[in-house]
Amino acid sequence: MPVRPKVHSLGPKPPFWRDRAKRALTFQLLLVAAVAAFLLYIIGNTQDNLAARGITTGFGFLTNTAGFGIVQSLIDYSSQSTYGRTFVVGLLNTLMVSALGILAATIIGFTVGIARLSPNWLIARLANAYIEIFRNIPLLLQIFFWYFAVLRAMPSPRDSMTLGEVAFLNVRGLFLPEPQFLSGFGFIPLAFGVAIVASIVLSIWNRRRHEATGKRLPAGWISLGLILGLPLLVLVVTGVPVTWDVPELRGFNFRGGFTVIPEFLALWLALSIYTASFIAEIVRSGIQAIPHGQTEAAQALSLPRNLVLRLVVVPQALRVIIPPLTSQYLNLIKNSSLATAIGYPDLVSVFAGTTLNQTGQAIEVITMTMAVYLTISLLVSMFMNWFNARVALVER
Amino acid sequence: MRDNNNKWLLLGSAAALALGTAAVASADTLDDTRERGTVQCGVSDGLPGFSAPDDEGEWQGLDVDVCRAVAAAVFGDSEAVRYISLNAVERFTALQSGEVDVLSRNTTWTATRDTTLGLNFTGVTFYDGQGFLVSKDLGISSAEELDGAAICTQSGTTTELNLADYFRANGMEFDPIVFDTSEQTVGGFEAGRCDVLTSDTSQLAALRIQLSDPNNAVILPEVISKEPLGPVVRQGDDKWFNIVKWALFAMFNAEEYGITSDNVDEMRGSEDPNIARLLGEDGNYGEAMGLDADWAYNIIKQVGNYGEAYDRNVGMDSPLEIERGLNRLWTDGGIQYAPPIR
Repeated sequence: MPVRPKVHSLGPKPPFWRDRAKRALTFQLLLVAAVAAFLLYIIGNTQDNLAARGITTGFGFLTNTAGFGIVQSLIDYSSQSTYGRTFVVGLLNTLMVSALGILAATIIGFTVGIARLSPNWLIARLANAYIEIFRNIPLLLQIFFWYFAVLRAMPSPRDSMTLGEVAFLNVRGLFLPEPQFLSGFGFIPLAFGVAIVASIVLSIWNRRRHEATGKRLPAGWISLGLILGLPLLVLVVTGVPVTWDVPELRGFNFRGGFTVIPEFLALWLALSIYTASFIAEIVRSGIQAIPHGQTEAAQALSLPRNLVLRLVVVPQALRVIIPPLTSQYLNLIKNSSLATAIGYPDLVSVFAGTTLNQTGQAIEVITMTMAVYLTISLLVSMFMNWFNARVALVER
Repeated sequence: MRDNNNKWLLLGSAAALALGTAAVASADTLDDTRERGTVQCGVSDGLPGFSAPDDEGEWQGLDVDVCRAVAAAVFGDSEAVRYISLNAVERFTALQSGEVDVLSRNTTWTATRDTTLGLNFTGVTFYDGQGFLVSKDLGISSAEELDGAAICTQSGTTTELNLADYFRANGMEFDPIVFDTSEQTVGGFEAGRCDVLTSDTSQLAALRIQLSDPNNAVILPEVISKEPLGPVVRQGDDKWFNIVKWALFAMFNAEEYGITSDNVDEMRGSEDPNIARLLGEDGNYGEAMGLDADWAYNIIKQVGNYGEAYDRNVGMDSPLEIERGLNRLWTDGGIQYAPPIR
């Protein structure tokens, strides 16, 4: 800031409209007041309009009985449940497909993105073809493809594809045996927890020892062995306290076991594959953004290839990757609302669809739905910003 | 994409409710339509027999004929209609916010809709009931054998509620597969995603002929609900309410007195006082509604009486071939009945 001569320093205090800071504050207050007044006017006007037209308003409908069925619910739900519960059911279904979609899209995206840079001509071309195909076809068409094209190819329940007569795949979905836990099963999660704690302790100890003496243990492999082996050992020792509820064909369809509905499979596949093609490009650009000199310098220190990637390239690439990756995650969550086209009971289908129509309270329902997507997106964004700050290059 | 447009329409309608002035609520729909020169009519997103565009892009159907009758009464021109295609979810919001003047879209008259949405049903164009369509391969002859079935239905309809009620009352289980449009619902049924397609029986007849193999599908005999379908208008504009209500009554009365689109000109000279009053030869019953004396003449001349509209769109002269059944006039053993014009 240029230093201004203080001509008034000895005179009387200037009036507030001559003071830049106070003037700015005044205008900001005026703006906030105007926005608040506008919002109040809209809310009041809406209520007047609704009242004048004899339309019921308010959130009382949330405690009324819904009276319709939902095909997939993560919590107890029947047609006798309330509209409030349909909201939760829809929300959980949206969160489930989004979370699993983000997981799968990240794994596929990173794999394809790295494969795109492979020195192997065939692998690089295949990865390139994957990206160009799935990135350039509209998502809704891809959802329809997975749902209607793939669904039609599936057999009817009576001639299902089966894996050892315990898992079945047909046009109604994927039917898996469901474990029923008997008493004594509680030791297995306990063993799992112990193994994880032990692995963490091991890795800390290993790092300190490495820094002090230069000696290292293959801590990754030992941890993996612990995490898998300990629960398995306990499982065998306690005499396998699990029975399996195997699905069987009764009447129209399989009963028992665990069902993955085809709507979920189609939506999840389409979202993951579509978003992964964008993530792959983000990963590729992130890696290519690291100057080759960095790799060469690391190699000159005779670091092995995997350490060059892990210690030099990836940490720097992540700085480039994470901000656009966040956008892709947010896109995936919002795109999951296309579920309504194929009948997956997500928030938009169940709440902004059926519930809205049964109650007719469009404004309340749409507001709640928009608020949910906004909240989820802001939370994801917050988390990714925090993560980005952690991996950001610390300049000294 | 039409679906995206529809979402925007819904949001737009909500915004109209938020931003529009309260004065709109008491606006005179008749004046607005006159000023605009067309009646804006909310119809379905394609249901043959009720409202669907034909191969020349002209909307046809029983519900469409109600729109045309209103336009004939108001303008003397049944073509002065702008059709707005609405899916089940957005239809009421579109009417509430004034996107459409009348909703004529196979909509079931229920207590909730009539009382809490700020809407009024003007009458019943079609007495319907919910039924089940199944593939012949299943070898099923009654809805009571449907325990455990996967059932395809359309989102935002009374169908979803009736279905849950029926299966609960009969102690049976089912998996509801809910689609956005009737097109997708049929797609799900054809792909084998569900054993059963459920909707109003009239719609099932229409959807059945859209299947790739209609002969392999049967409609089960059970009708599990009452579905009186009719046109809907906004509450608070009684003049417009009267016009839409009496446009339909005129069609019923015309059939009762034997007036058709072919003989309406001869009938103008009829000695029967009922006919003379309906056609505006004796007294002016249009005036009190803000219409011309020949309002009913225009409806009958250009759209026809109720029986003609029924036969042409959903009855024996149409591919749907739905029996008149309950929809016969009271004089023929049905329950369609219109108050007299006097």
